[in-house]
Amino acid sequence: MQTIPHTLSWGHDIPDPMRPARFRVESVQHELTGVFTVGLKPLDETQTFEFAPGQFNMLYQFGVGEVPISVSGDPARPTTLLHTIRAVGSVTNALQRVSPGTMLGVRGPFGTSWPVAAAEGSDLVILAGGIGLAPLRPLIYQVLANRSRFGAVCIFYGARTPDEILYRDELEQWRGRFDLTVEVTVDRAGSDWLGRVGVVTKLLASKGFSPPDTLACLCGPEIMMRYAVLALHDQGVGDQQIYVSLERNMKCAVGFCGHCQFGGAFVCKDGPVFRFDTIAERFDTREI
Amino acid sequence: MPNTLLISSDQLQTLIDGLRTQGYETMGPRLERGTIVYGPITSGSDLPAGFRDEQEGGHYRLVPSDPSGLEAESFFRYVVGPYSWKRLLFPPRQRLWRARRSDGGFALEPAETRPHPYAFIGVRACELAALAVQDRVFSQGDFADSGYRSQREQTFLIAVNCTRAGGTCFCASMHTGPRARGGFDLCLTELLDESGHRFLVEVGSEPGRKLMEQVSYRRARPDEIEQGRQAVEDAVGSMGRQMRSDAGDILRRNQEHPRWVDVANRCLSCANCTMVCPTCFCSTVEDVTSLDGAESERRRQWDSCFNLEFSYVHGGPVRREAAARYRQWITHKLTYWHEQFGTSGCTGCGRCITWCPVGIDITAEVAAIRDSERAVLEGEV
Repeated sequence: MQTIPHTLSWGHDIPDPMRPARFRVESVQHELTGVFTVGLKPLDETQTFEFAPGQFNMLYQFGVGEVPISVSGDPARPTTLLHTIRAVGSVTNALQRVSPGTMLGVRGPFGTSWPVAAAEGSDLVILAGGIGLAPLRPLIYQVLANRSRFGAVCIFYGARTPDEILYRDELEQWRGRFDLTVEVTVDRAGSDWLGRVGVVTKLLASKGFSPPDTLACLCGPEIMMRYAVLALHDQGVGDQQIYVSLERNMKCAVGFCGHCQFGGAFVCKDGPVFRFDTIAERFDTREI
Repeated sequence: MPNTLLISSDQLQTLIDGLRTQGYETMGPRLERGTIVYGPITSGSDLPAGFRDEQEGGHYRLVPSDPSGLEAESFFRYVVGPYSWKRLLFPPRQRLWRARRSDGGFALEPAETRPHPYAFIGVRACELAALAVQDRVFSQGDFADSGYRSQREQTFLIAVNCTRAGGTCFCASMHTGPRARGGFDLCLTELLDESGHRFLVEVGSEPGRKLMEQVSYRRARPDEIEQGRQAVEDAVGSMGRQMRSDAGDILRRNQEHPRWVDVANRCLSCANCTMVCPTCFCSTVEDVTSLDGAESERRRQWDSCFNLEFSYVHGGPVRREAAARYRQWITHKLTYWHEQFGTSGCTGCGRCITWCPVGIDITAEVAAIRDSERAVLEGEV
């Protein structure tokens, strides 16, 4: 056979983005009922894994499948990759059964990140609901490591019940710091709960930040983010100062499979973190 | 070598043979199960000669031409059928990789690549446009689909200008056809008259020029070039449908509109439109494990935004209503595509109209929404 003339050429070869890299489970930490944190190390121990707060990976369990999970560890410690996972589907249920030594596949990191650089010099509101705290934890780590670069920092967290407060030990540590405002609320609680009860958006009224100089980062159920945006508007924080992290079905994470489309955006590559003014209109369109 | 050449119809065989000698797998239109589909062709006699197609909303019939007329000899008087070239570059089912148990875990093996590059024979202008659209999706963004790209780079394209239009065609209003304006190696225009069955050949690339060196040709005369131009003009004149040029804006400003419920009452959510569309690129993956659990492979297959599970996140699908799913499909095609890839996702091939079992017409739905706006402006409602 003769050599085939190439009629088109797009230049250098790009590695196959659909092919996972192999990692091993280093640790499994039980967090809450059905919620756990997996620590992963690449097979090649010298390799590090750089990511920006808010980005996600596709985790592959042999023979079961792949799921998108946000990175929830410290970006300054890229040697171990942490993912906090809730067991809700077939893959996440299988991941719940891994133990140190299990091999998993990882593709990533993918997507946009929280606006850490843009937030420097400003006050920062970090508002999370439920497991939505996990994609925000890398941001909190990064802000705390460079605390002097930011103005007031407020962490507002809501969970359904006291038993469902994620990263409770860390929240308590952060609450003990004099340079942070940390408020936690639950939807319902027994008489042994001495904290706040009510929706997380109410915490925004407690101030602690200066609205014109504030960036707000939100992650949680869409209904929570919808009301949080309204509450931030009431405080005088505009759409351009608000960032939200969205969740959609994803198969590829690189813009090929089409599943994550949200209007004209691919949540996998144009998100998951969006500045709210860029999606405000479609955020109110049902079933878009 | 001049830019426009003339060959007799029997030289088509020389072209096919030349490509096969160079190692190409030659693919072209074939008559199968009452339709024109794309498959392997090794000789000019594999081409469906003397057929034209009748296409309307939900209707496709192949009709033999009058055996005593000139058209009985024609190779390309039908337009596009249910297949598009997409299925060869972005296969409906494909293995992405395979994992085997080893090292206390698994090892990955990439999918094997096809040994032969393709040569596509009979690519219409709307299909060249569709290939260019999929190129943007799969190989010109931040990530590249390595399988698509390696196949596509090596594909040899012989385009054919349409000399008649189908009843559901609207490429003229999408500015994608019926004349192929580039992106081909060779482009044929079929000429049929008393002087015989001949093809004008435009050379579009260096590999195209090299292939023509093996073929017996002469320079095309100006009157022959004019005859070809006129034949393509005839196709423009017989175009069955047209799309409004402001379709993208119309949909953007009408994301809440009663027409979505109206169309959902007709739409079966069967996904035919997305399967026949030459640009629809959505896919899903499944992991298939061998019975002994020793290996597991990742398979990708075409998916459709009309499937309920397409938008599933924990808690349920985002787009529960058929109205939302149809709106997603048409708005993606005509509006969002521009934002995502700088081009329309529709090329005007008309397949989604023809192969919709209930004949839903993408051009008519846009027009209906536009008409309702005008009625509101003029105070009729």
